[in-house]
Amino acid sequence: MSHAAIQDTPTPLPPSAGGKSLSSRGLPRWAPAGFAVVGILVGVGIGAAAGLDSKVQWGLIAVVAFLVTSYVTTTVVENQRQARDRLATSIVWVCFILAVIPLFSLLWTTISRGVKSLDPYFLTHSMSGVLSSQAGGGVYHALVGTLEQVAIATVIATPIGLLTAVYLVEYGKGALARAVTFFVDVMTGIPSIVAGLFILSIMLMADIQQSGLMGSLALTILMIPVVVRSTEEMLKLVPNELREAALALGVPKWRVILKVVLPTAIGGITTGVMLAVARISGETAPIILLVFGSQLINTNPFDGPQSSLPFYIFEQYKVGEVAAIDRAWAAALVLIAFVMILNLVARGIARWKAPKTGR
Amino acid sequence: MASTTPTDTPPAPPLSPRSGTSTGRAGDKIFSGLSKGSGILLLVIMASIAGFLTYRAAIAISKDEGNFLTTFDWNASADPPVFGIAVLLVGTVISSIVAMVIAVPIAVGIALFISHYAPRRLAAPIAYIVDLLAAVPSIIYGIWGAIVLVPYLAGLNLWLDQYFAWTYIFDQTQPGVARNMLTVGILLAIMILPIVTSVSREVFLQVPRMNEEAALALGATRWEVIRLSVLPFGRSGVISASMLGLGRALGETMAVATVLSPSYLMSLHLLDPGGGTFAQNIAAKFGEANGVGRDALIASGLVLFVLTLLVNGAARLIIARRKEYSGANA
Repeated sequence: MSHAAIQDTPTPLPPSAGGKSLSSRGLPRWAPAGFAVVGILVGVGIGAAAGLDSKVQWGLIAVVAFLVTSYVTTTVVENQRQARDRLATSIVWVCFILAVIPLFSLLWTTISRGVKSLDPYFLTHSMSGVLSSQAGGGVYHALVGTLEQVAIATVIATPIGLLTAVYLVEYGKGALARAVTFFVDVMTGIPSIVAGLFILSIMLMADIQQSGLMGSLALTILMIPVVVRSTEEMLKLVPNELREAALALGVPKWRVILKVVLPTAIGGITTGVMLAVARISGETAPIILLVFGSQLINTNPFDGPQSSLPFYIFEQYKVGEVAAIDRAWAAALVLIAFVMILNLVARGIARWKAPKTGR
Repeated sequence: MASTTPTDTPPAPPLSPRSGTSTGRAGDKIFSGLSKGSGILLLVIMASIAGFLTYRAAIAISKDEGNFLTTFDWNASADPPVFGIAVLLVGTVISSIVAMVIAVPIAVGIALFISHYAPRRLAAPIAYIVDLLAAVPSIIYGIWGAIVLVPYLAGLNLWLDQYFAWTYIFDQTQPGVARNMLTVGILLAIMILPIVTSVSREVFLQVPRMNEEAALALGATRWEVIRLSVLPFGRSGVISASMLGLGRALGETMAVATVLSPSYLMSLHLLDPGGGTFAQNIAAKFGEANGVGRDALIASGLVLFVLTLLVNGAARLIIARRKEYSGANA
């Protein structure tokens, strides 16, 4: 009965596969897929017919067509409430797809454009003596800079972050601990450029010249709160029975923390530190202010300007010549590979060494 | 440390506990002192960020020939220096609002997708993919935005101008490439999606099962379950998630610096190129800045710092009222 009703549904859109084989009461399981096909067809059709030059518009029309088709069809076949439910489901799916498109576009663009000039020569040479409009040159000096700056920041930030987290979980009580918790949270939101300006104002007062170390200090400020938060979460996961058992044997508290609590949580802590490293290796703004950038290889992070990968990308992008843009993409590929590998390894460690809570 | 083992031998009671506690106490003192010290160090860092920035900003503002709040220009390195944050403040707020308007509904959608809609087996990988968006460095978003996104949005701009010019904000008075606040807002929206999503998701997953099952038992559809039990429960979480996202959007530097073609014109036309944000202005002007110029940039950075502090602090306070969740490490 309703089968017949479907055939002459007054949909505002051309009837197609989505409306044909419907069961008597509810829509079949593949109906959403059908609606999606209808939506895409309509989007492509209208887009091509009206000669819209932007694929963004095609996509938007397809989305609207998809939502309208599914809502109207479900209203007719099932009922208003089911239609609302299906509309919500469709919108949620669309949201998810909307988020995935830029990620894939970004990864695809970086990889496809980056591989053009990425070769061993690119990785092992600096920009020394290369005009910005010329092809050639490489990223070695920036790679050295990034690795050194990030390493120094990690060496400073990790112990401070770990100790703060230990304080918050094991010792902290009262107003001080509450203040630290609150400001750690607020600190995670400090814009990187503000951290850079802070170090800059110190440099101006003390008349210090720019160097890789200054950049590292700004990165340290950005890294500490991330390390604190992730370590804190991990320490809280350590079962209290472990601490109590050790304390009951008469072990002093600091040894309990060093020998029992931290080793239990070490997997998660490592993950947190690596994610923090991944986050700061992509920071550009403090480097612009504090490290200044250089075309040459400077292996000494304590003296003179250095480059860094994100700074190098920005610098080459600003030049605007074809060869420079190609270099920017290649450097972007190196950076993204570095960050993604850190991320994947970190999450791998988290799974592999997850604290064994609950017996 | 062998001495710390409690023994039941009577001859040694005074020795064994004393030596045990004494070594333990020294170590404990050092260790708890160190950890407390680094906690205090964090507070000192926060205080000195505020202190140093304020000090340098005061120097700059005392030399400013214009009005720091209302001047529409940034010639801090000229003589006499004239600069003001009016355009930057408005630009920062507008771009962040555009980002929020786009990102929050989509992020809530994705969070619901992960918590309630996605097939059980896919939920974790999907959450991971969204987190990957957060891992991409901002400079790469920047060049992607400038080289890939800007051309794609040209058509959308024309279309918005054609049909929605009457809304004023979509009225394009100077045609050109899409290096405008709308594009910046879209790019920022993509960048803040992961944090808003992950905090909202955490809240949605904490909705008491009983509430949802009660709604289901009354015959509610999935959407009605969400509207009746999930969204009311998660409202404060979504608000604080959006504010965390807002904090990120306010301070984002590189994505804006690469995409926007800046100017010191104040305009609410989102499609016109021009305007600027605090962070973008600092990155753009730093190279040519002299002494006063740098201090002036620090002064604008102080305003940005206070702005993000307020937004983040408020978000944290809202989260703190509900202790069970905190998406701080997202």
